[in-house]
Amino acid sequence: MVAREQFQLDLKDMKEEIIQLAKYTEAALVSAVDALYNQDMALAEQIIEKDKDIDKKELDINNKAILLIAKQQPVAKDLRRLIIALKITTDLERMGDHAKNIANATIELGEHHLLTVHPAVRDMRDIAIEMVKVAVNAIRYEDISVAGKLSGMDDSMDNLYETIIREMLEETATNPEKVQYVMQMAFSARYIERFADHITNIGENILFLVKGESYNLN
Amino acid sequence: MLTVERNRPMASSISPIKDNSIYTVRNFNLWYGADHALNDICMDIPTNKVTAIIGPSGCGKSTYIKALNRMVELVPSVKMTGSIDYNGQNIFNPKFKVEELRTSVGMVFQKPNPFPKSIYENVVYGPKIHGIKKKQILDEVVEKSLKGAALWDEVKDRLHENAFGLSGGQQQRLCIARCLAIEPDVILMDEPTSALDPISTLKVEELVQSLKKEYSIVIVTHNMQQAARISDNTAFFLNGEVIEYNKTDQIFSNPTDKRTEDYITGRFG
Repeated sequence: MVAREQFQLDLKDMKEEIIQLAKYTEAALVSAVDALYNQDMALAEQIIEKDKDIDKKELDINNKAILLIAKQQPVAKDLRRLIIALKITTDLERMGDHAKNIANATIELGEHHLLTVHPAVRDMRDIAIEMVKVAVNAIRYEDISVAGKLSGMDDSMDNLYETIIREMLEETATNPEKVQYVMQMAFSARYIERFADHITNIGENILFLVKGESYNLN
Repeated sequence: MLTVERNRPMASSISPIKDNSIYTVRNFNLWYGADHALNDICMDIPTNKVTAIIGPSGCGKSTYIKALNRMVELVPSVKMTGSIDYNGQNIFNPKFKVEELRTSVGMVFQKPNPFPKSIYENVVYGPKIHGIKKKQILDEVVEKSLKGAALWDEVKDRLHENAFGLSGGQQQRLCIARCLAIEPDVILMDEPTSALDPISTLKVEELVQSLKKEYSIVIVTHNMQQAARISDNTAFFLNGEVIEYNKTDQIFSNPTDKRTEDYITGRFG
């Protein structure tokens, strides 16, 4: 018989729940960017509503982690597993908030705004989605080589964000009447960039889990 | 970080800080008949620190601390090789006087074992054997030892009552006071709280923390949280070998050996 079998099963279940939550945030971002491009108000409303589920899931996982710490008194890697569960779910919840913020910006822009969404916002979304997939693998396999990839991907994200912001500002110079729309669009790009920052935090947590030391991937 | 050295391949030869060691154990082997109970132990025990010995049942941890005061040789068919130096002297040297070792190295056992005498007589038992007869001195020893064992306030008004009237936790602290009365340098503790309730356990743990200012303490414990709470260094024993010996903070946060990790996280044991 494997010692502490139930505890091992509980840890495994928790990992699966975290991965599930990561997939919810990924889906939220995909929908949010779709809603932004398509001026889809109904979809934006749905994203805002669904964010409550992400918030609830975060609390569920946190409560389970706290209970396991109290009941099992874990040490070493088991303790780190639970500590990072608390931290990763906080990041995932914030990622959900960023998707919700994009949905709010979509509603703010309205159905017939005068601005075309910058095509590179989709590229930012694609990088973010790829980063979520990498992070999920890092979580699933506790793989630091996978986690380490997130740093380079975040650099690409930051470069893209800077380019988009610069081009949007240039547009406001020539079309000052569009400034309120450009602002919302710039905010949306900023939300995706912040979304990615939280994914690098997840990578840092996996590095901490495996190595027992703190790293900075940002 | 404690230094780890390997004298030869496959030897559990692990040595901590070189200076300020009260014990220096080198290539120590012990057999009970054909059973190789301790295998090539190399381990220094630092002065004025709490050193915890952890490991599953039958791993040799109790045998090890009983070797430190030569109690183990009371067991028939014991054979030993290697050396255990106490303050630079090999305790197995024929010229070494075991009585002096027992005076310098006190021991506290799993179950409280007070003598069937008064609290006072329990404490002065050792000093009397060493020839101290003056009542004033013995009174001072009793007060100092009981204060040292954090028991004085609870028993000062009933020093001449039978020790068996004390609670289990108080009896264990009385045993620690009896140990302190002979003014040892080292206190060996073999699962000192395993028979105690949680509050008594915490009192003994706090006591251990305060005692290390004046004594070097080696504690065998099955309670890993206890080792984590009260010790400075921890040695993990498995099948008679020291698998890992390091700062307690390191052992319980990021052990280097997978077997240590598996044991402290409860994968086996």
